[in-house]
Amino acid sequence: MSSVRLLVGTRKGGFVLTSDGQRRSWQVDGPFFAGWEIYHMDASPVLPDRIYASQSNGWFGQVMQRSDDGGKTWSAVGNDFSYRGAVGMHPWYDGSSKPWQFTRIWHVEPDRGDPDVVYAGAQDAALFRSADGGESWEELTALRQHATASGWQPGAGGLCLHTILLEPSAPGRIVVAISAAGVFRSDDGGQSWHPANKGLMSGGVLPDPDAEVGHCVHKIALHSSKPDVLFMQKHWDVMRSDDGGGWWREISGNLPSDFGFAITVNSHEPETVYVVPIKSDSEHYPPEGKLRVYRSRTGGDEWEPLTDGLPQQHCYVDVLRDSMAVDTLEPCGVYFGTTGGQVYVSADAGDTWAAAVRDLPAVLSVEAQTLP
Amino acid sequence: MSTLPGPAAHPGAAFAAAAHVRVRLPAQLRVLAGAPAEVTVPVEGLVTQRAVLDALERSHPVLRGTVRDRATAVRRAFIRFFVEETDLSDAAPDDPLPPAVAEGAEPFVIVGAMAGG
Repeated sequence: MSSVRLLVGTRKGGFVLTSDGQRRSWQVDGPFFAGWEIYHMDASPVLPDRIYASQSNGWFGQVMQRSDDGGKTWSAVGNDFSYRGAVGMHPWYDGSSKPWQFTRIWHVEPDRGDPDVVYAGAQDAALFRSADGGESWEELTALRQHATASGWQPGAGGLCLHTILLEPSAPGRIVVAISAAGVFRSDDGGQSWHPANKGLMSGGVLPDPDAEVGHCVHKIALHSSKPDVLFMQKHWDVMRSDDGGGWWREISGNLPSDFGFAITVNSHEPETVYVVPIKSDSEHYPPEGKLRVYRSRTGGDEWEPLTDGLPQQHCYVDVLRDSMAVDTLEPCGVYFGTTGGQVYVSADAGDTWAAAVRDLPAVLSVEAQTLP
Repeated sequence: MSTLPGPAAHPGAAFAAAAHVRVRLPAQLRVLAGAPAEVTVPVEGLVTQRAVLDALERSHPVLRGTVRDRATAVRRAFIRFFVEETDLSDAAPDDPLPPAVAEGAEPFVIVGAMAGG
């Protein structure tokens, strides 16, 4: 019988949650790396017991951990994320210029085919690749050295590369997102990049409606059967592209707020999309104190609130950008974690919800593994 | 195996052919390194901040980058170094440490700054 393993990164450690295919009862293991921020954990699709965990904190910097037994034991692997070549400068919040400085890895993305290949997205924004299971890392420098990079400003969380999309059906294609620079796409395995932000509007901070970069993209998701269809939760606006980022159009429709962080796509229905609306960029909690996932079965524009099992009063948690995931069981399981420490589970594609665990540290990320 | 030079052999000197230096670790680095609160590392030549940290990272590679920046070897901002209650964080990394460190009488203390979170 299939089972599900959730990899949960929090402000004070990592947790591994496991359940059988019913997804009703969850075993919680952890905290791993107690006291450290675990920005993201993810596993190799071809070697599911190989899990990477990005471990960091403000005192002691970045550590990368790897498990080869499904999270039971861990070993530190390489943490040399040195930028290659000229470091360069980027604008700081106050308008001054600041040299690129490594702070942490926000996101790890294991390769779809090779269990020894893994990508890592950094703050300050850069993309690293390892071909030896994380023991050593090499920067794909063309991104950070892009002609527009000297104009990339940090978002509130820093100048972070937080989204890495790899698609086996489009070999060589890598789509990344950087706050607050925007989307960049490579079609040659990261050797060259071009901005993919046409159609994004960020009027509150970018007076130029045609600005090539400077957009605070919060997360992008896709369905593997339609790699050219990208769904985006931007700082404000939920967006869609049908040509791999060539052009974006807004699909916010009837959402109560089009601000938010997380977005994901149903594993069986490529036009079924999930978001969690957040009130605003200064009020990082759900509108009206009601925690609602919104689902569109039409690829956007028309959204329905999903509330069964979620708190509908006095709820003021946030759901961060890497904190929503789906499994591949039927019906599709949908998962999200909150800054209040709850991990919510829906085993029926979002119709009903229950907390797998309620009182973890603030959740930074959730990934779901479907195991045979 | 080098031997620990005693005060009688090098009275008041911070230079030793091979000193066994005691290093006290903050709690989170003990857990990360799987080490006790205090470890002893062999330091060849002049006992300086850089030499002690180089030796610490050789004996516990997982600590690379956690005390000093990987690229620049500069002390991380929220890390402080103390010897005999004296803050030596801003001392030049190649200056000799106090003789008591080389002699093993006092530990080189790595402290994570007090901060919330």
